[in-house]
Amino acid sequence: MQWEIVIGLEVHAQLSTQSKIFSGASIAYGAIPNTQACEVDLALPGVLPVLNKGVVERAIKLGLAVGAKINSPSIFARKNYFYPDLPKGYQISQYELPVVEGGCIKVQMGEVEKTVRLTRAHLEEDAGKSLHKDFHGMTGIDLNRAGTPLLEIVSEPDMRSSAEAVIYAKTLHSLVRWIGICDGNMQEGSFRCDANVSVRPKGSDKLGTRCEVKNLNSFRFLEKAIEFEAKRQIEILEDGGVVRQETRLYDADRNETRTMRSKEEAHDYRYFPDPDLMPLEISEAWINKVKQMLPELPEARRNRYVTAFDLPVYDAIVLTATREMADFFESAVKQLPSQAKLCANWIMGEVSGRLNKEGIEISDCPISPGQFATLLERISDGTISGKTAKDVFDSMWHGEHDGNADVIIENKGLKQISDSGEIEKLIDEILIANPQQVEDYRGGKEKAFNSLVGQVMKATRGKANPAQVNTILKQKLS
Amino acid sequence: MFNVSLKQLSQQLAEKKISSVELTGEFLKRTRALNPNYNAFITINEAMSLAQAEAADQMIASGHASLLTGIPVAQKDIFCTKGWLTTCGSKMLSNFTSPYNAGVIERFNRVGAVNIGKTNMDEFAMGSSNETSFYGPVRNPWDVSAVPGGSSGGSACVVAARMAPAATGTDTGGSIRQPAALCGISGIKPTYGLVSRYGMIAFASSLDQGGPMAKSAEDLALMLNVMVGFDDRDSTSLQREAEDYLRDLDRPLAGLRIGLPKEYFAKGMSDDVANTVEATLEIYRKLGAKMVEVSLPNAQLSIPVYYVLAPAEASSNLSRFDGVRYGYRAKSYSDLSEMYRKSRAKGFGAEVKRRILIGTYVLSHGYYEAYYIQAQKIRRLIAQDFTDAFKQCDIIMGPTTPTVAFNLGEKNSDPIQMYLSDIYTSAASLAGLPGMSIPIGFGDKNRPVGLHIIGNYFAEAQMLNVAHQYQLETDWHLRMPEI
Repeated sequence: MQWEIVIGLEVHAQLSTQSKIFSGASIAYGAIPNTQACEVDLALPGVLPVLNKGVVERAIKLGLAVGAKINSPSIFARKNYFYPDLPKGYQISQYELPVVEGGCIKVQMGEVEKTVRLTRAHLEEDAGKSLHKDFHGMTGIDLNRAGTPLLEIVSEPDMRSSAEAVIYAKTLHSLVRWIGICDGNMQEGSFRCDANVSVRPKGSDKLGTRCEVKNLNSFRFLEKAIEFEAKRQIEILEDGGVVRQETRLYDADRNETRTMRSKEEAHDYRYFPDPDLMPLEISEAWINKVKQMLPELPEARRNRYVTAFDLPVYDAIVLTATREMADFFESAVKQLPSQAKLCANWIMGEVSGRLNKEGIEISDCPISPGQFATLLERISDGTISGKTAKDVFDSMWHGEHDGNADVIIENKGLKQISDSGEIEKLIDEILIANPQQVEDYRGGKEKAFNSLVGQVMKATRGKANPAQVNTILKQKLS
Repeated sequence: MFNVSLKQLSQQLAEKKISSVELTGEFLKRTRALNPNYNAFITINEAMSLAQAEAADQMIASGHASLLTGIPVAQKDIFCTKGWLTTCGSKMLSNFTSPYNAGVIERFNRVGAVNIGKTNMDEFAMGSSNETSFYGPVRNPWDVSAVPGGSSGGSACVVAARMAPAATGTDTGGSIRQPAALCGISGIKPTYGLVSRYGMIAFASSLDQGGPMAKSAEDLALMLNVMVGFDDRDSTSLQREAEDYLRDLDRPLAGLRIGLPKEYFAKGMSDDVANTVEATLEIYRKLGAKMVEVSLPNAQLSIPVYYVLAPAEASSNLSRFDGVRYGYRAKSYSDLSEMYRKSRAKGFGAEVKRRILIGTYVLSHGYYEAYYIQAQKIRRLIAQDFTDAFKQCDIIMGPTTPTVAFNLGEKNSDPIQMYLSDIYTSAASLAGLPGMSIPIGFGDKNRPVGLHIIGNYFAEAQMLNVAHQYQLETDWHLRMPEI
């Protein structure tokens, strides 16, 4: 039988505020345990939550970016359960009325665009951490993370493969960073995915029993966990078994998922509206104010790159993968508007390659967009060849001459020889010195031509304008 | 000195006839002598009180005094008080010294009032007799075989026995008004949202409200002037312009329309209470007030509604007492689950556990709609009843409690009977309205009777005026138990 995999994702995006969702304590990562937990985070007797407005603003941003409905009022609810790193014995979350409802995200599967619908996005607080090492059989509790603001973004079960799920997750990851609501740092847990996976016979429109897979803190794990989980469910069904609804944990070391708790063991969270917090009212004026703050969204930019710069769709997608890359592209292209394609090629090729190799983000690129544009200008005006430009780029990367392309070209004598007289003279000498190749070429061996070009380039240490060399050589040999 | 008004005490302090250290010392001395009979305090810390009194004397000397500067005030042990044991009447917090001050405590500290001790209370404010306290029951100073009421029974007793000139209380379903009535003192629960709940250990968040307990309406007004005010650490705190609650005290009552809910005068009220209330209404008539019959058709549902909603919120509010970070933790346990179970089983008393169970039940999957949601709907109907009633009257009056103080142990085995002692007070709590009790005489066994005054939202100044005018005519509020 042919099986179809059905996936929905729940993403917890940590919101990039300075302080916690219901207290004034800092949310900076990596502090000494329990130094960023005030009386509210410790849930001392008598303390009360006060909502951080910055958190709401970020939720509104997401809602606007995905075309969702911003609910007003939305309601904070208590999710009750006991755990040592949950100081109040309940988590403040949103249940019946989330702040953001509906909306969708368009994802690009190669050339095909697909729409993933969002169910909702709701605000909630993170729990602390239980530390099991170094406590000699006891458990330590670090409440620095307790109260960190999260936006849980829940998709509809609209994905049909692990690859689609990963592309959706990457698109969402890029979007939350793009609109500046989450730093997206997956190692630090700022962007965490849970996947709801089920399978069904191809052609069926009934959803199969789903399992929720938790602990997917990288795109690779997300992909692998879905693949494992779908395979596991298909094997059960093909053996005539029944998939049990449960929550499963992904173990990256073993690349498998295993039962965390079954449906029967599921908590009754006893949700009810938190009487300590008023219903969250969001005025049209507030929404409009946030709208003004929202940057041009990736989709809009993508379309603009295709229409205004005549770039291929693929290039536009790659360049808008992050807002930083798109901004880099745009400030470079501003300096040489006629060379958008050259600019795109260089960013997608040389720049991205180098960034990947060094493992840094484009925002940390040692070459500024302006310096980069100057380099490209020297290619387009024929001062240097594309090949030489790569050497200049390397020098710029290392900060030689403050990354000034012109000074580097000048100082290293890399200026392309475009004087046709000089090139002609050189070609004459080479033709005389290589009678065999000349004969071979004239006898029909194309390869001999390339060899002659190579000799010219070698003699000029690559500085001759290749196009010019080609033309003159062809003239001489005809 | 022990039976004079706050204004008079304040004047004596201002005129340097007595210092705050001397005044505090006198009350501490009286407390030392009397408290063993009544068990009204959980914590007395003479050194800390006297240090505050000394600071208050400096404030007075430097001309920075206000009306409550240097005056001893007893604080209910529900208010987190920095450096003080803050137990909420529970074994669970019997080892908890608060590292911070509640909003209310801050406000008293700011004006230089002296904290004269933390008063006994029903455990986590759950009770109407003060018998659920881990620290043992409080006795009614009018009759030590009687309960003082609860949950603010310690504060009521302290004021009645004149161990402090005034005290704070908190009221969720009647916890200021009922003990005030049973102990023959005055107490007011303000409109929900006027007094900061920050640092006031939560029982039922949507109902809890702090308020003062004192001898007279005038004293309550002075206390309210300090206690009421916006606190940005409490999202339910109301941002309003400051009021002077003394401003309307002297207004004549001619033309006042007093609403008498027919449901409150129907049945359930004992004869002694009924007679005492009737005599009181007669005085109001003489003062020029008119009686209007009003109806609160849904008020009879307030006890069942209250006992769904308050335990629901409490079951969640008390989850933080898990033995992990502070408070009582069982001595031995084999795993996490056992640590929770043992710590909570031993740390909480029977009444608290009963309410946690009720609350957990009504919030459970499959019951939530039938209980919690339904109760919320009736709560709105009850509030609407009051809105309708206030179209016909300015103020509502009735008995605070159906009977005078009952005996210790009398209702212990019957929680429903115990819950019914809040039958007249819980409706106003559910509606968020201000409610007040003032002493109006004595009933059976010569135990005090209280008059319940319910005002419209933010009508505290008017209620205090109504009570003050009565207290100008009578001296019930100045009666002291024989000690």
